[in-house]
Amino acid sequence: MLWYTGRRVLQMIPVFFGATFLIYFMVFSLPGDPIAALYGDRPPAPGVIEQVRAQYNLDKPFIVQYFLYIGNFFQGDLGTTYSGRPVSDVMAGAFPVTFRLAMLALFFESVAGIVVGLIAGLRKGKFFDASALVVSLLLISVPTFVLGFVFRLVFGVQLGWFRTTVSAEAPLGELVLPALVLASVSFAYIVRLTRASVADNLNADFVRTATAKGLSRPRVVTVHVLRNSLVPVVTFLGVDLGSLMVGAIVTEGIFNINGVGGTVFKAITLGESTTVVSFIAVMVVIFVLANLFVDLLYAALDPRIRYAK
Amino acid sequence: MGLSALAFISVSALALAGCSSADESDAPAADSAVVSTNGSEPQKPLIPTNTTETGGGKIATSIFAGLVSYNADGEIENEVAKSIESDDATTWTITLNPGWTFTNGEKVTSASFVDAWNYGALNTNAQSASYFFDDMVGWTDVQNTKLDPTGAVDEEGNPLMVPDPLSETLSGLKVVDDTTFTVELSAPEADWPLRLGYTAFMPLPSAAYEDMEAFGENPIGNGPYMLDGEGAWVHEEGISLATNPDYEGLRKPVNGGLEITFYTDLAAAYADVQGGNLDVLDAVPDSAFETYEAEFGDRAVNQAAAIFQGFNMPYYLEHWSGEEGKLRRAAISMSINREEITDVIFQGTRTPATDFTSPVIDGYSDSLEGAEVLEYNPKEAVKLWAEADAIAPYGDTTFDISYNSDGGHQAWVDAVINSIVNTLGITATGKPYPTFAASLGDRSNDALTGGVRAGWQGDYPSLYNFLAPLYQTGAGSNYEDYTSDEFDALLKEGAASENVEDATAKYQAAQEVLLQDLPTIPLWYANVNGVSSDAVGNVVFGWDSVPLYYQITKD
Amino acid sequence: MPSKPGQAHFVAELEDTPVAPVDRLDESQKARSTWADAWDSMRRRPTFWVSSALILLIAVVALFPTLFTQVSPNLNCLLANSNGSPEAGHPFGFTRQGCDVYARTIHGTQASVTVGLLATALVTLIGIIVGSLAGYYGGWLDALVSRIGDIFFAIPTVLGAIVLMSVLPAATPTTVAFVLAIFAWPQIARIMRGAVLSATNSDYVMASTALGVSRFRILLRHVIPNAIAPVIVIATVSLGTFIVAEATLSFLGIGLPTSVMSWGNDIGQAQTSLVTNPQVLLYPAAALSLTVLAFLMLGDILRDALDPKARALR
Repeated sequence: MLWYTGRRVLQMIPVFFGATFLIYFMVFSLPGDPIAALYGDRPPAPGVIEQVRAQYNLDKPFIVQYFLYIGNFFQGDLGTTYSGRPVSDVMAGAFPVTFRLAMLALFFESVAGIVVGLIAGLRKGKFFDASALVVSLLLISVPTFVLGFVFRLVFGVQLGWFRTTVSAEAPLGELVLPALVLASVSFAYIVRLTRASVADNLNADFVRTATAKGLSRPRVVTVHVLRNSLVPVVTFLGVDLGSLMVGAIVTEGIFNINGVGGTVFKAITLGESTTVVSFIAVMVVIFVLANLFVDLLYAALDPRIRYAK
Repeated sequence: MGLSALAFISVSALALAGCSSADESDAPAADSAVVSTNGSEPQKPLIPTNTTETGGGKIATSIFAGLVSYNADGEIENEVAKSIESDDATTWTITLNPGWTFTNGEKVTSASFVDAWNYGALNTNAQSASYFFDDMVGWTDVQNTKLDPTGAVDEEGNPLMVPDPLSETLSGLKVVDDTTFTVELSAPEADWPLRLGYTAFMPLPSAAYEDMEAFGENPIGNGPYMLDGEGAWVHEEGISLATNPDYEGLRKPVNGGLEITFYTDLAAAYADVQGGNLDVLDAVPDSAFETYEAEFGDRAVNQAAAIFQGFNMPYYLEHWSGEEGKLRRAAISMSINREEITDVIFQGTRTPATDFTSPVIDGYSDSLEGAEVLEYNPKEAVKLWAEADAIAPYGDTTFDISYNSDGGHQAWVDAVINSIVNTLGITATGKPYPTFAASLGDRSNDALTGGVRAGWQGDYPSLYNFLAPLYQTGAGSNYEDYTSDEFDALLKEGAASENVEDATAKYQAAQEVLLQDLPTIPLWYANVNGVSSDAVGNVVFGWDSVPLYYQITKD
Repeated sequence: MPSKPGQAHFVAELEDTPVAPVDRLDESQKARSTWADAWDSMRRRPTFWVSSALILLIAVVALFPTLFTQVSPNLNCLLANSNGSPEAGHPFGFTRQGCDVYARTIHGTQASVTVGLLATALVTLIGIIVGSLAGYYGGWLDALVSRIGDIFFAIPTVLGAIVLMSVLPAATPTTVAFVLAIFAWPQIARIMRGAVLSATNSDYVMASTALGVSRFRILLRHVIPNAIAPVIVIATVSLGTFIVAEATLSFLGIGLPTSVMSWGNDIGQAQTSLVTNPQVLLYPAAALSLTVLAFLMLGDILRDALDPKARALR
């Protein structure tokens, strides 16, 4: 197990280089001159743009830019944004709140999704199952920007249960509403996944054996059915963590949260490669670790899965 | 909604303002509450000569006081200046009121202005507002460049230039004594003082030059407000401004300070006003156009602003040059129902254009000769289009108007396209660019396939500022390379006029040339829309769409 | 003599039970694959026919929209009709631009279904192949494809969308589907890999291995059918989320241009008139729900049919 974990951590190195190179190239190939665009419709005096471009190494060939960036990265210098802020400062501002938001969303979607999915799977074809289907359909068909808008209007403005937007300190209580919005689509996935797995495993031999042994129904359901149904769900949650963090662009905008998704999106539209790449580099690490954790969890959930040395 | 209704709203807002300020202006400032309002993260550290966008601009004008400031009507009133005088509109003598200090105790002197302006003009400092000094004597010396010694070339193989200033300072700026300095312009400009309230012309304390970047993080000013201690600016979140106890100018705050929260989504800020988390919002999102006036009643503002919007048809496109192009531009212009689009899509938050400037600018006109080309006239449009087709048939080429999709332009572009399609029966479409950079790239490289969105927000309240940068031959923002000797001559005569009345007449004549050529097809003027919570009073918007923060009251 | 339940001690007379060749395979009959069994079980379920009919209807609407509406959806958009209520000939009312909502919903089917189906097909195909190879063979192959998946999943879809949309001359439903698929396949690959890991260690796989069946054959005949259930679930839900993702891209300004009609585009534009004219959102969203429902039901049945355990009980 230790060997396996160590190997997986080492695999992070090629992933890091692959991802940063690809992303740096993609931002580089965005059309237009990012520096000229900073000045809007009014170009500054001649020479200003060239000076600023040189300051950000944008006057050099792509490959030189990339290696200058990587070189600085390993000296702990992540570069500066076009507004002159160190990227590390921007990260320190965005990651903590995004992490809390993503964790809260992950908590909501996993708890609610697994419970609803479990009941729906146990009562397949019954009323509860049908209601869960309708709710899932609604959440799938309504985009986050509509759901967020409606939630903010109803729960924030009209009912006043939550603060309409998240304040700078972003306490957990204010993050509940955006976390619910963020979790909505994944909730639908988890309900469907759990339901399918549970319905599947109800017919499995080990469940019949357990029932025949005279175990109580709750025990059969939680220990035998649920545990064995969680492999796909846990896989999904591991993958979802990444989407919840970078993919929260719309939700962050709606609730005015200064988070990773919005920062990366803004940096992409500005063509600010240092910011985009630095953020994604951190995301790659989080992502690989989350997947490793999930893989290790497999062994705990399903006794059949064992990792070779 | 016509102009009269708009005028009524702004008048009533002002009347209301009059009463409440009379009631409360005696209240001691220190006891008053802090007013919260919306903003956006400044693009650069807060250095006045490097601040040319609205997010940083509204903070800079609050923490600095220049020679003059603008009142709600866009007229200049002396702040630090005691007088700004000239006999020939070329050499200006400026005397300062004594007694002004920066918040670090340093006196505001002639050097505070002259050094700051020199800093802004010098090309090695790469300040975004440097072009504001381009009419001063000595500009070419501080902006001199030479070939890059490394022999570097740009993408097209042209040699790159690097800054090589012949002088560090503008020779046209001369300090006479602590309270007097002179400015020499390279050509006469009657309305030159009008621009002096713009952020580029603010003074700087000598502490700034030690480390300009660090200064921009914690700027020291002489304005009605100051940063509320170290770290008052929380990046991407907001900035807290406290009142400046030593400020004795025209904009003495009646509230206890400003809490500016940065938003990326206007609808979120609007929800915060609805939810009671924000006092003043200086814009209204699309989704609330229909409802905000009913919801906020007399706490909603809808008044004209110094923002002009239109779209340009490049001359390099087939069918859009010469006589054919002239006919087609007029036909397109007359096929757009501006009245209906501003009513329905914008719900009256835009005002159909009748010239190339803005109703809040002195000299604006709704009766220029040839302005009927801006009226919806489907019959005439079809006729002109057919005349152009007689010169060269348009065929089934798709007509498009491009825009950057990150700026909220889609709805009106679609409406304009529909109006054109319904009138002329041609195929037409909106063409979104994913980012502003992409759109600007094609625009500056003459690679557009059709029309392009164009807009202008005045830097200072003058007709000249709406005309010269956009349509003068070779001007910076004249991306579509319009050129007209007649227009250039009139503009020059206007600038050199002895008085503002003569200048206005020339500028209006220049616009009549534009109405014939239509280098841009004017659409409408954006209004300033705002709402405020019932916790605050006396919310009045300035000519530049920014509320006059200092006179907002809060219990 | 008929036997009765409960006759525990009944012993059949020898001549009553002819010697049957219980252990002999009828070799004349073709071996039934899991997939053929699945088809047999599916066609007996009424929901299969309901969902199939619904999908057929959607396909016809997508291919021949003019059969359902004569109104041209992009012409004759008059601002005089802006946000108008339903009236004769315009059963769903009008959009903010004064276009007919019914006609736009009908005409938007093609683009949206193309985006949804194509993207789903791509991610499912890539995901199943990559995921099963990684999970089944493990080792360096697993490490390689899993880490490639990590790289792709780390790239924000919006970045890919902006880059591709600016490189390509014009965004079409096909290009949007490709963009969405390129950055989404690792999700299904991960799920498939996890399920294959579970299935590979099952008794029946070991039994087949013991019987000398080739490894690849076991993967195809036993592992994949037993591991595919979660993938089908994810794929059917993804169909809907891809159509919505197209709306989100449009909302962020990097999706299909407005000249291409799609439910996503209309949902995106409906946001501004949500408070005053919710019908504009309602109809395209309902069409989207119906499509997702049809595929969810079909996916459910397919999953049941492929699961030998569920079949045994019927």
